Amino acid sequence: MINNMLGQTVRIEAADPKHDGDKTTSKYALTVEDLNAWYGNLMVIQNISMGIGAQRITALIGPSGCGKSTFIRCLNRMHEVSEGGRVTGRVFMDGQDIYAPQVDPVSIRRRIGMVFQRASVFPTMSIFGNVASGISLARFWSRRRDLKDVVERSLRKAALWEEVKDKLDQPGASLSGGQQQRLCIARAIAIEPEIILMDEPCSALDPISTLRIEELMLELKKDYTVVIVTHNMQQAARVSAWTGFMLLGQLIEYAPTKEVFTVPKDKRTEDYITGRFG
Amino acid sequence: MNELSGYFRRKQFSRLMLVLCGIATAVVILVLIFILGYTLVNGISYLSLDFITQPSKPVGEVGGGMRDDIYGTFILVGLASIIALPVGLMAGIFLAEFAGPKAASAIRFAADILAGVPSIIVGVFAYAILVRPMHTYSALSAGVALAIIMIPVVARTAEESLRLVPNSQREAALALGISRWRITLGVIVPGAVTGIVTGIMLAVARIAGETAPLIFTALGSAFGVQGLAEPIGALPLQIYRYALSPYSDWQQQAWAAAFLLIILVLGINISVRLVSSRRQK
Repeated sequence: MINNMLGQTVRIEAADPKHDGDKTTSKYALTVEDLNAWYGNLMVIQNISMGIGAQRITALIGPSGCGKSTFIRCLNRMHEVSEGGRVTGRVFMDGQDIYAPQVDPVSIRRRIGMVFQRASVFPTMSIFGNVASGISLARFWSRRRDLKDVVERSLRKAALWEEVKDKLDQPGASLSGGQQQRLCIARAIAIEPEIILMDEPCSALDPISTLRIEELMLELKKDYTVVIVTHNMQQAARVSAWTGFMLLGQLIEYAPTKEVFTVPKDKRTEDYITGRFG
Repeated sequence: MNELSGYFRRKQFSRLMLVLCGIATAVVILVLIFILGYTLVNGISYLSLDFITQPSKPVGEVGGGMRDDIYGTFILVGLASIIALPVGLMAGIFLAEFAGPKAASAIRFAADILAGVPSIIVGVFAYAILVRPMHTYSALSAGVALAIIMIPVVARTAEESLRLVPNSQREAALALGISRWRITLGVIVPGAVTGIVTGIMLAVARIAGETAPLIFTALGSAFGVQGLAEPIGALPLQIYRYALSPYSDWQQQAWAAAFLLIILVLGINISVRLVSSRRQK
């Protein structure tokens, strides 16, 4: 427990194993310390500290505009790309602060992948080209047969291979919405990141596609650390081991998912999950 | 009752305005049809295979064509493109992808002013910086003058096409850990390529018909295409010269050349339509 700026008691994930939702590991993939973020002069993230456990799914919930998307964009240095985006604080990955001055944000983004709310398939590329783009665009020259294995492996992991294996050369944009989102996940996996950040990956999808992505997330956590931002509380409850509740740029509560949804410590968390606001 | 009469008045007024707009539109189309028809009627009678394959003949001799001037126009457009495309495209990419908002608006303003400079002034400028020091009119100086006209057009259309590529594409590529310049070349430019090509073709169509800058630079040539450092003929230049000549044979040729030039520019414009309509599919 620590006190945040407003003097409210905030739980941060303790090293105490009994609070660890997933017993297989107690190692943190990311440790966030005193993170603040701004858009211009507007402070959107206030003093967040948390540990994100390795190889499990961490969910961030909260009403629109609470800063949860901004927060995960801080975790792979994407926030600073936005106009007026500024970050202070530290985020440790393997003991290295990713905001240290000598760190190249490009190298961080190769280790921490991201999937966006809207499937951002590259329309000029084929399905194959989309999956391979993270590799082919980082190299000077690459031959298709060198990329074939990676593309197949990534598409299999993203549970898309069976649907597209006969039409790899068709444009990526020819797929359905749910398939496009899985294509984006395959593209993110192809560069073999350690962590995958998902910013409301299902909010533009129908329930069946949503279910497929959720199954996929559960599959992915065997190899990757997954952080998901979601509006959908049921989704957070279904897939995540730990859940953080955010409000007005602050992390109000962060605990094993079961605790957050059954015995929330904070009145505001309770109000939100019972639907009294937000 | 009063309200109802107001309604009818508004409806009458609306109908009147609609008719006026229709007339204005008809005028626009009629002018185009008139120009096309007039040059067609006057020009087609002289247009023949000889006209595009024969060099011009001196005054007094019947016949002769504009082979060298057609050739010259292609050389000048080619020269201008070699200079203007790299500069214009790179400036457009810089404007759309790398310049900060303040720098971008300043550069955009400058480019728009350059695009608005009267072409005769561009010609005088090229005359001052190239023709005078070289002591000769030349294809090169004409190419530079046309390139100056072409650069802002290419840069601005390239910029606008690049800006149409949604930001989510840039973010998605950035999140894959790709460097900015590879994103630009590998994702953004391919996404904007039809728009960029359209802009280039419109710029080519624009300079193909420019006459004023050529008077100061290309001059025209009665001896065919001799080299880049020598005077050179061009279609618009020849139209200007022949149309004002007192010889009816030359005037005929000017009409034919005008028709040819219109076909050339029209052809480019129609290709642009084809390219950009394919983009929508």
